[in-house]
Amino acid sequence: MKKYELIEHTSDTGLVAYGKTLAEAFANAAAGMFSIIAEPDSVREVESRRVEASGDDIEGLLFEWLNSLLYYFDVEMLLFKRFDITEFEDTRLVAECRGEKYDPSRHRLKTGVKSATYHMLEVDRRQNRVRVIFDV
Amino acid sequence: MPKWEGKLEKVDEFRWRIPKSYKKGMRVDGLIYADEGMLRQIIDDQAPEQVANVAFLPGIVGKSLAMPDIHWGYGFAIGGVAAMRVNDGVVSPGGVGFDINCGVRIMRTNLTREDVSPKIKELIDALFYAVPSGVGSRGKIKLGSREIDQVLVKGSRWAVEKGYGRPEDLETTEGKGEMEGTDPQRVSQRAKERGIPQLGTLGAGNHFLEVAVIDEIYEPDIARAMGMERVGQVVLYVHCGSRGLGHQVADDYIKEMVRAMQKYGIEVPDRQLSCAPVNSPEGKNYLAAMRCAANYAWANRQCITHWVREAFCRVMGMSENDAGLQLIYDVTHNIAKIEDHEVDGKKEKLCVHRKGATRAFPAGHPDIPQKYARIGQPILIPGDMGRASYVLVGTERAMSDTFGSTCHGAGRMRSRSAMKKQTSGRDVLAALEASGVTVRAGSMSGLAEEAPEAYKDVADVVRVAHGAGISRKVARTRPIAVVKG
Repeated sequence: MKKYELIEHTSDTGLVAYGKTLAEAFANAAAGMFSIIAEPDSVREVESRRVEASGDDIEGLLFEWLNSLLYYFDVEMLLFKRFDITEFEDTRLVAECRGEKYDPSRHRLKTGVKSATYHMLEVDRRQNRVRVIFDV
Repeated sequence: MPKWEGKLEKVDEFRWRIPKSYKKGMRVDGLIYADEGMLRQIIDDQAPEQVANVAFLPGIVGKSLAMPDIHWGYGFAIGGVAAMRVNDGVVSPGGVGFDINCGVRIMRTNLTREDVSPKIKELIDALFYAVPSGVGSRGKIKLGSREIDQVLVKGSRWAVEKGYGRPEDLETTEGKGEMEGTDPQRVSQRAKERGIPQLGTLGAGNHFLEVAVIDEIYEPDIARAMGMERVGQVVLYVHCGSRGLGHQVADDYIKEMVRAMQKYGIEVPDRQLSCAPVNSPEGKNYLAAMRCAANYAWANRQCITHWVREAFCRVMGMSENDAGLQLIYDVTHNIAKIEDHEVDGKKEKLCVHRKGATRAFPAGHPDIPQKYARIGQPILIPGDMGRASYVLVGTERAMSDTFGSTCHGAGRMRSRSAMKKQTSGRDVLAALEASGVTVRAGSMSGLAEEAPEAYKDVADVVRVAHGAGISRKVARTRPIAVVKG
């Protein structure tokens, strides 16, 4: 099963992510977002961070989850590739995120992602599918 | 994406109305500035629907406006202008965008193409190394966690006090590069942490440094007043914004506004349009934080300006004065400002959102620099890497028709992924070099995304803005060398 697909949008880039559970779709959305920033194959799992996110509802949680990860990239230059969501509720999640710090000799950065947006943001509980558009 | 098939009425050669009867909930009409040719492309996606959606926002006056460079954004279209009454209207972080005070500035020089051409490779390399650029770029400025607050309050003035550029640069920056009404406490710790390492960086995406040559002057007197004396003269552009700090401020307050909408009983068709009354605590807090981010962006462009001058002078072997590196002007094109405008014959305080739109104040307006009082506010419209950019001035017509606003750039036409499928960074580089534009880019895939073909022709955009009278063409420039983030 496909983890995520990038979708086109005139000025920006978005993705649809899938999973066996909604938590998995959230994890795959994060992986998809980092695949826009850098080639995931070159990223090793050597550092890990416990990331906690909360939102007023499930859509707000997705928005906050992805933007929290962008914060780690801006501040610590961390490229994540693996996301184990250990706790998952409608308004809160906890994840163990693994990846490594950006190393210009091995990583090729592609596109900067400024933020996840609420525009066309969708969480489909029945199909465990989420959609998000990024401002890039 | 499906073609937009909503209701559209021709007003005149350059204006198209979306009547408020199109959708229940629209408080005012929408109005798109475009000619027939551009319109065909505009209705190819859902940007006009977004113009209609913005008309839902409480307190909106006049019309929900779209400039000719309009394209589909998130929530608000890019190229949108919306003015809300301060008394009973709303402010929307989505109406400003994530890159708060993304903007552009232009410097004149005393040099001509002939002076610069032999050293162009050396020059663009020097600029590339002088200004950190690219995805996740880090700055050379060491900011303490307390000092960031000074940047957020003082904007460009902070940079000048630290020795980045000259005091006279402030005079020729929109609002002197320092918005009042800030409150650094309204900016989250996260936003500050993102901003501290990134001050003095260009970033990526469509941000750039450009060495250009004036290739046509339409209004010689006005151009001369700006220091643009002749065809062949070299000018320098800087285009960037507020980096991660601005993105985080937008994130933080969009979330807060989603909550506030329930509290104030506001309903909008797209969550990305979330908003709160201008005078509510949420609205005031956002504006205070947004102004901090705007000041950060001005300080950012001011620091970059200093390094551009240093690099330029070093390569050309001359002093700053001999090089004549004066800042012509700096404009913001992602902002919300409280301004006085005439509505139905009476003066009102409005919160004017410009998202991918530029202020265009006319001659004699009190908010423009003394030196331009006679000619009007300079407006900078950067095009794509391969074609032209324009310098315009503001007009009375802009004041009466568009809340003193005009277009901001070429406007994207093809998506980034479509461009990457269609072309490669190397091909774009080769084509630009063949047409006489030297390019240094941090990322080859980034370069493909920013290929000239991704954009509308800025000449079309400017023709409409000029034709509709909301700004006046002064000069055109062509790039000879570009640093892409």
